[in-house]
Amino acid sequence: MCITCGCSGDGHHLHGHEGHDHDHSADHHHEHHDQDSRVITLEQDILHKNQLLAERNRGFFEARGITALNLVSSPGSGKTSILERTLTDLYPAQPCAVIEGDQQTSCDADRIKATGAPVVQINTGKGCHLDAEMVHAAVKHVKPAQDSLLFIENVGNLVCPAMFDLGESARVIIISVTEGDDKPLKYPDMFHSANICLINKIDLLPYVNFNVDKMIGYARQVSHIDRFIQVSATTGQGMEEWYAWLKEQVNVVQGVG
Amino acid sequence: MHELSIAMSIVDIARDAVEKAGAREVEHIELEIGQLAGIELPALDFAWSEAVRDSVLARATREIRHIPGEARCMECQTTFPIQALYESCPTCSSPFTDIIHGKELRVHALTVH
Repeated sequence: MCITCGCSGDGHHLHGHEGHDHDHSADHHHEHHDQDSRVITLEQDILHKNQLLAERNRGFFEARGITALNLVSSPGSGKTSILERTLTDLYPAQPCAVIEGDQQTSCDADRIKATGAPVVQINTGKGCHLDAEMVHAAVKHVKPAQDSLLFIENVGNLVCPAMFDLGESARVIIISVTEGDDKPLKYPDMFHSANICLINKIDLLPYVNFNVDKMIGYARQVSHIDRFIQVSATTGQGMEEWYAWLKEQVNVVQGVG
Repeated sequence: MHELSIAMSIVDIARDAVEKAGAREVEHIELEIGQLAGIELPALDFAWSEAVRDSVLARATREIRHIPGEARCMECQTTFPIQALYESCPTCSSPFTDIIHGKELRVHALTVH
């Protein structure tokens, strides 16, 4: 007799072997697999753990009225320069905090620190993206104030960060005119996951072969982005429109207007 | 190389399942990976051997079920197969589509002992 279920061994049944061992007699035809093997059906999302932590971050941000933005781009598109200019213009009238993600060094955090805004640097080491757990830990260090704008500058990479929700309110993709205008088609996953697109280094447009309309057309094919803002972190062109968008996000999160 | 993070997440999921079941290790693992999930299979293979070393998956065989991309047009409701995110509706040419299959990234089942 099977000591798990008490059956006589002549019927068909299926059960697991949790926490017990037993010998099957020769006439015992269970559907137990060889050597106690059994199949566990999980149907578990591989990114489930990241998703849970991201939602936990999101809940914390909501409760504190924090507008969290995930800034993604290729290396060298000007994420840090846009942030420096933004903080110089908005902070401290608008409370802000920054989480900087890079593989190595604290160069970016040092640049942000000079603006006076609280910043914490995450070095991902060999990692190519930030994940919700890293942000969870970084938030404890940077302690963003109530009702603040939290900028999370992801690792410069248009592939890997696309899959990892950090708990942000919106995802901002930055492309610069010194890159190819076909980037949205080449890196569709990242564009697909973004809410707004900044087109940076717009002051260099006369000198480069970049077609803004073409780029926006490609981005519309692969994403639901409905807002494209042309900016220059160097000259300040278009930055007011970006700040107006930031203000809209802050108002939405805080339930104003 | 986010495939390394993915492989390590799979190891975590397998370890939890093995512990919960009071088993020792995984014999076989079945994954479901959509064609639009952003996973490069050669990169996953490359990361796999490192990620599973000394884990409950070290001796496991791996089976991957590929799930083809499928989208539904938000304008005319046609469903159609897609290979890439930028494909528009074959019936009305609208670029506004919802992806209904192809983004899957799941551990379907484990055989443990």
